[in-house]
Amino acid sequence: MLIYSQPLEVTQILDTVDQFLRTHLSPGMVSLSKGILTGLLLLVAYAVIALALIYIERKVAAFFQARLGPNRLGKYGVFQSLADMIKILIKEIIPINKADQLLFFAASFFVIIASLLAFGAIPFGMDLHAIDFNLGVFYLLAVSSLGVIGILLAGWSSNNKYSMIGAMRSGAQFISYELSAGFSLMTIVVLSGTLQFSEIIEGQRYCWNLFNGHLPAVVAFVIYLISGHAETNRGPFDLPEAESELTAGYHTEYSGLQFGFFYLSEYLNMFIVAAVATTMFLGGWMPVQIKGWEAFNQVMWVIPSWAWFIGKVGVMIFLSLWVRWSFPRLRIDLLLNLEWKYLLPINLVNLLVMVIIVLSGFTLTELFPAFFGR
Amino acid sequence: MRDIRKMILVTAPDALIEERQKLTVTLRPEQLHRVMEELRRDETIPYDYLISLTGMDWGDTLGVIYQLSSSADLTREIIVITSTANRTDPLLYSVSDLYETAQLNEREVYALFGIRFINNPDMRRFLLNDQWKGFPFRKDYTHDPVVNPVTVISSDIVDIAPRIRETAGGDLVEESVAIFDEDDYIINIGPQHPSTHGVMHFRTTLDGEIVKKVDVHSGYIHRGIEKLCENMTYPQMLHLTDRLDYLSANINRHALCMCIEKAADIAVPARAQYIRTIMDELQRISSHLLAWAAHCNDLGGTTAFIYGMREREHILDIFDKTCGGRLIVNQNVVGGVMFDIYPDFQKDVKAFIPYMRRQLIEYDHFFSHNAIALGRLVDIGHLSREDAISYGVTGPAGRASGWSCDVRRYKPYALYDKVEFKEILRTDGDSYARYMNRLDEIAQSLHIIEQLIDRIPPGEVCTKVKPVIRLPEGQFFQSVETGKGEFGVFIESRGEKTPYRVKFRSPSLSAVSAIPLICKGSFLSDLIGIAGSMDFVIPDIDR
Repeated sequence: MLIYSQPLEVTQILDTVDQFLRTHLSPGMVSLSKGILTGLLLLVAYAVIALALIYIERKVAAFFQARLGPNRLGKYGVFQSLADMIKILIKEIIPINKADQLLFFAASFFVIIASLLAFGAIPFGMDLHAIDFNLGVFYLLAVSSLGVIGILLAGWSSNNKYSMIGAMRSGAQFISYELSAGFSLMTIVVLSGTLQFSEIIEGQRYCWNLFNGHLPAVVAFVIYLISGHAETNRGPFDLPEAESELTAGYHTEYSGLQFGFFYLSEYLNMFIVAAVATTMFLGGWMPVQIKGWEAFNQVMWVIPSWAWFIGKVGVMIFLSLWVRWSFPRLRIDLLLNLEWKYLLPINLVNLLVMVIIVLSGFTLTELFPAFFGR
Repeated sequence: MRDIRKMILVTAPDALIEERQKLTVTLRPEQLHRVMEELRRDETIPYDYLISLTGMDWGDTLGVIYQLSSSADLTREIIVITSTANRTDPLLYSVSDLYETAQLNEREVYALFGIRFINNPDMRRFLLNDQWKGFPFRKDYTHDPVVNPVTVISSDIVDIAPRIRETAGGDLVEESVAIFDEDDYIINIGPQHPSTHGVMHFRTTLDGEIVKKVDVHSGYIHRGIEKLCENMTYPQMLHLTDRLDYLSANINRHALCMCIEKAADIAVPARAQYIRTIMDELQRISSHLLAWAAHCNDLGGTTAFIYGMREREHILDIFDKTCGGRLIVNQNVVGGVMFDIYPDFQKDVKAFIPYMRRQLIEYDHFFSHNAIALGRLVDIGHLSREDAISYGVTGPAGRASGWSCDVRRYKPYALYDKVEFKEILRTDGDSYARYMNRLDEIAQSLHIIEQLIDRIPPGEVCTKVKPVIRLPEGQFFQSVETGKGEFGVFIESRGEKTPYRVKFRSPSLSAVSAIPLICKGSFLSDLIGIAGSMDFVIPDIDR
């Protein structure tokens, strides 16, 4: 494998920081300070990405709806979400009478911590990966399903019937679609033969999993998009907070920063779903490369891996926004029908088909190793 | 007509039958129910549509005026009047077993006039709260704030309904029944709720997500417009009609103007008739657009909501240029219209027609055939034709149940007998039929405007009318077709410059009264969707 020149990668900066820390600190302190720095970076990225997404969503929604969207604060209103963040930070947190104070307080943290934990496992680019577990996919599924506890707690502890109904819907929805999301990712795990994100990405160097597994992979991709979208509680699957039915669903009673946590995590969950879809199906941060076309590959590598990642995630997010602003809301029975009567059976068969394809060597990489083989 | 008279006279020999503006029958209270039942169950022409039920205070007696019509032939109308001299505890027989729409209307009459109805299963006050002292629409009511002070103390809603039942032996039994079961899970949809289109209040019991029962509470913005009218001269009253169904403001006002013009025998110039008809149709389009948009929004389609608003904006611009008002047009006056159309009016309207037709196609592509939308609309909230008639659900919702009830066709006013248009009928009676009916009616309204817009004759826009109009003594009725259904005006005049009693027949009240029926057993989400499809406006209910 040739080494391409990668002028814009952040690897060098990371190396410099590493060298700097090593020369000045003891080995123990190096890992500690690296851990702290990574954590801080992730937190900052979390906030920045959420703000960016909020702005993007508002702009995209506006264009879908023949409106202008935010356009007063800064050029094209780019500072609008920053101002909103400041507003939400200084807003009063209103205590609710007759609410279960402890659970009410804890709920928002459950939600945001679950999404933060999942956020930390995402490979953002070459070497931009906080922890590369060998059980990465499993870890991600595990922590992202923690969020529903927060939503259920929020609904229960608010002592509000709307919240309660929202939370019950959310529980039913989340648990159902978790299955589909899990199975569709498992389909890809079967294809890649690993649970480790870095290896999954490396395996897609010349052929994305989406194409490598052809039919079952495309089916898994579509199912993952649907169920991932459903897991983020966004329209047309926004039943838990269905504003025209339940005012704001499970977070009706929340105010100030506590509400902000729910809000942030909703946007970040959208990002996480898009990032996982990118990593599992669309080659993650890996640039588009064609075997043997070295000049072309070099050009592709000039674009840094994090830009590829952002680009692919951006397309996924746009899809999500497109769906959200085009479709009306499902009803709870339609939603569960879709999952249990259609998606899940299809998914189980699909997993089986994928196993057969992988075992009998019908994947693209094995059929045409000259074009797609590693 | 002969038969009807004979039939009434057989059942009630001493009934007073007069030919006033409409055929009017005056009955003793104990005869009422039997005669109404005869009329309702008549085999050839059943009088199964109770247009309005109006409480009256004639000074020494209290009574009710029933305006009946037949779903088979809407041109036939009978006015039935009954009264009781007992002012301390007036009792009349309920007709709610014959006409479902009477249920809420009788509760309203009880709240406003204090007349209690025997055999009405639920005799709580409608529009007013339980603590209200006195009956505000009686002529001897004192509106002293000391009697009914403005309270800032919240009081719980008591879900116990008093009622009077007549036993088989003929004795009257006073009893009270609980609206809900002991362990019902009650959730308040409204009065502050994003999807009740105003301050509507549905007390709903749920079994999981399934709606078990809906109890309608209204009156949060009751202003007593009908009572206010009694202290105003006829021209002064006009602007109050705009505050009923504000989405059909112009059409409501048209109804009141026509009622006064007919009673006072004032001719309206041809040019004014054209302007009125065109403006009515524009108003109808804007009302349907908003109904469509809000319905889509109730189903979670926010983008569709904005699309509807975008198209409506063009109509509002035309209104704005015509008279300065956008929501409320303020153009109709007794004798014609207040001011002429602006020079480019025709150009603007003619530009709007093809634009709106293109947008209707876009709506079809975007929402009407969307798989999720179909799942949320088709076979949801079924209202049968019989129920539509019994509840008096008119307008696009009634026609979606297969009931041909377009006032413009059966009792044509203004220029509706000179234009060609199709009455949109569907027989499914579900949310989707109501939804599609509105879109199709927009197309028909465009068609009507197209026929008129180039033919507006020159001339006066308003007949000279004295500032103080005195109507001759009598009872006057006028119905029009608003965006929501049949809107009726009733004026009783004693020959003075102010009316003795005014009543507005509200199409939204009928729509809301049917909600408990058609939402029972559906999902909570569908309650919102069905309410959107019925398209009601709260000020029209509360009046």
